[in-house]
Amino acid sequence: MSKRSVADLKKGERAIIKSFTDRPMSLKLLEMGCLPGSEIRLDAVAPFGDPICVNIGGFYSLSLRLNEAATILVE
Amino acid sequence: MALVGNPNCGKSSLFNQLTGLRQKTGNFPGVTVERKFGTFRLSHAAAQVAVSEPVVVETTPAESPIAVSPNEALLVDLPGIYSIYPKSYDEQVVMDILANPSHPDYPDAVIVVADASNLQRNLLLYSELADLGLPMVLALNMLDIASSMNLTVNATQLAMQLGVPVVKINARTGEGKENLKVALRQVLSGDSVQPSGYFFDPADAVPDLIEEVKQTYDLTNNYLALQYVCQHDNFTFLDQPKRAKLDTLIEKYGFDETEFLADETIARYERLKPIVAKVVKAEGKTEQPVWTRRLDRLLLHPIWGYAMFLLVLMVIFQAVFAWAEYPMNWLDAGMAQLIEWTKEVLPGGVLNDMLTDGLLAGIGGVVIFIPQIAFLFALVSLLEESGYMARVMVIMDRLMRRFGLNGKSVVPLISGVACAVPAIMSTRSINNRYERLLTILVTPLMSCSARLPIYTILIALVVPDRTVLGFLNLAGLVLLGLYLLGLVGALLSAWLFSRFITRKETSYFILEMPTYKMPRWNHVGIMMYESVKSFVLEAGKIIVAISIVLWVLASYGPGDSMERAAERASVEYAAAESEVRDAAVASAQLENSYAGHFGKFIEPAIRPLGYDWKIGIALISSFAAREVFVGTMATIYSIGRDAEEDVLTIKEKLKKERNPDTGGPMYSTAVSFSLLIFYAFAMMCMSTLAVVQRETNGWKWPMVQLVYMMTLAYVSAFVVYQLFS
Repeated sequence: MSKRSVADLKKGERAIIKSFTDRPMSLKLLEMGCLPGSEIRLDAVAPFGDPICVNIGGFYSLSLRLNEAATILVE
Repeated sequence: MALVGNPNCGKSSLFNQLTGLRQKTGNFPGVTVERKFGTFRLSHAAAQVAVSEPVVVETTPAESPIAVSPNEALLVDLPGIYSIYPKSYDEQVVMDILANPSHPDYPDAVIVVADASNLQRNLLLYSELADLGLPMVLALNMLDIASSMNLTVNATQLAMQLGVPVVKINARTGEGKENLKVALRQVLSGDSVQPSGYFFDPADAVPDLIEEVKQTYDLTNNYLALQYVCQHDNFTFLDQPKRAKLDTLIEKYGFDETEFLADETIARYERLKPIVAKVVKAEGKTEQPVWTRRLDRLLLHPIWGYAMFLLVLMVIFQAVFAWAEYPMNWLDAGMAQLIEWTKEVLPGGVLNDMLTDGLLAGIGGVVIFIPQIAFLFALVSLLEESGYMARVMVIMDRLMRRFGLNGKSVVPLISGVACAVPAIMSTRSINNRYERLLTILVTPLMSCSARLPIYTILIALVVPDRTVLGFLNLAGLVLLGLYLLGLVGALLSAWLFSRFITRKETSYFILEMPTYKMPRWNHVGIMMYESVKSFVLEAGKIIVAISIVLWVLASYGPGDSMERAAERASVEYAAAESEVRDAAVASAQLENSYAGHFGKFIEPAIRPLGYDWKIGIALISSFAAREVFVGTMATIYSIGRDAEEDVLTIKEKLKKERNPDTGGPMYSTAVSFSLLIFYAFAMMCMSTLAVVQRETNGWKWPMVQLVYMMTLAYVSAFVVYQLFS
């Protein structure tokens, strides 16, 4: 299984959400519609590289910090 | 009736559409969460015959009652949530109401607002509410956005799949409003379909635990029983023994909450997936509006993003300081005339003096700030409405985090430039309690508009009106420096506090980025009105009360010392013009009043900062509201009331004032800068302390704030005085 997370994505890169590494964080992300199997795309990176903005399945955008993004594993 | 939905789903728009101006804001009982409520007519206007006597419904003992006539409904707007499991203090209130049928706000029916462009996620909340067995209507909003994203949503199919009334609405235009009312009437009269069975039945996973909770607390709903297990610490209606009992039950059955909730959420999405697949048809690729992506490329750009933000800040400052000046001058002149007029019309005497110099002057000190607050909050709400504020939070988060704050702290800090009272109220959007507290603690260090007159007069005194580098005004630069000093002071204090306050919750910054939208002007207007109202009510009553107390302290003295001083002064100035004589008498009276005695009493303490007892009087009188400083200075230096606002006159008087010890000017560079720094940092605002007390539910934090800001002010003023003299 790949150990790549959303924090490793390059700008404009797409990936599929696989799983989460942090339980409490995963609950928040799930409730906000960040589901395993959805496509995630890195849209923008704030100055100094953190936080980042991602798009989920083309539906909507989320912004989150790098350490939060690192809990979302992708492939 | 209650309105529930995800953040940014159009819930507030629908609330405004339904209630119009028949809305009020207050707090939910016992908690400092804003409670927006209003009434709307449930039946068609045409079908209405005669309006019967309005029935006054006591919403809560503390709230002002709101009149609801029989065919009207009381609507409460609950905080936007993604699920019924709260992630912040604000969100706890939703389940505290929905799980407690005896709560005054417990709804007869719930309107669930869902964003059709992101239906799956919005239905998660719906499914949780449905499992609680609440009677409801699903209002399907943002169908236009869905279709611009190549999505079509079949509302009839959705109603069939869910077994609940579904109404298509457009919350921005008000379309579908009447259909929603029809559906609500049906729900209330009991002849509408309501979902049967659970989306997710916790009894499938933990049957014994659910059964025991149901029996112990006399519940019938399995999902509600689960909420008792998971959220009992947030339920204000459960007493301590009941909460402890639930803890033992969790222990007994070895219930792992986080694990369970993650599984529950996934199970719900599994159930919803086939429903959404049947209801939502995608034609081509789903994508957010091109506009939003293009704008984001500019506004989140490492260089252009900051440049745009600076530009926006400059416009805000221009509005607060330059544009607001005109209405402020009108208000000022108007109040002066009103005071003049009252003085003449009413019979003279103590009562007249108290009314004009105490009460009316106090009210004048409040209304003068209304234009600045209105301008600032109109602009802030424009930025929020358009979706830009979320981007500002993103580009500022990294910087703010370094000081223990959050990207969301930017809004209160900017608002603090107008007035700390509404700024502190706007910290409610920060979900992390610890970061919210830090923001509250440091926001009053931002130079608010009440400090501006003090800055203006002292700068005019010592900074030469010169142009440097060809175009920069030196006085303007000093002023800018003071504002920056406030900002730097706020950030550094936050950093210091973050070393000492232990945080319990982990900080997170998962934020949905709304698409850019045209601002809804009625929302901007409502927000402007609300912030002005909160300022007038919160700050206003304190400033007015303090003005009256000050008037008493400055008008009366121990024994007959004031009369004797007045006599002496009038003899001394017998030969002078009556105007000069009156001014000298007023000055002598003030010196011998209670306020004057206090000033002399604290003189030893403020001597190291370079101040004398006259400044002492001004310090004491402005302790509760710093804007009083200039007025007191005018009185002390006996300028006469008419010249109070005339900066030039005060400036000349102050310039002439000599230091009895050195013979040099009293307001030397050292003293003036020392005063400037003191007022930049000092907590001279009772209204702010009162708001902090309310927002933090206790006197601990306002006291901490008072002590640290006063210490900071004293020490900095001391250092500045010693350096310059």
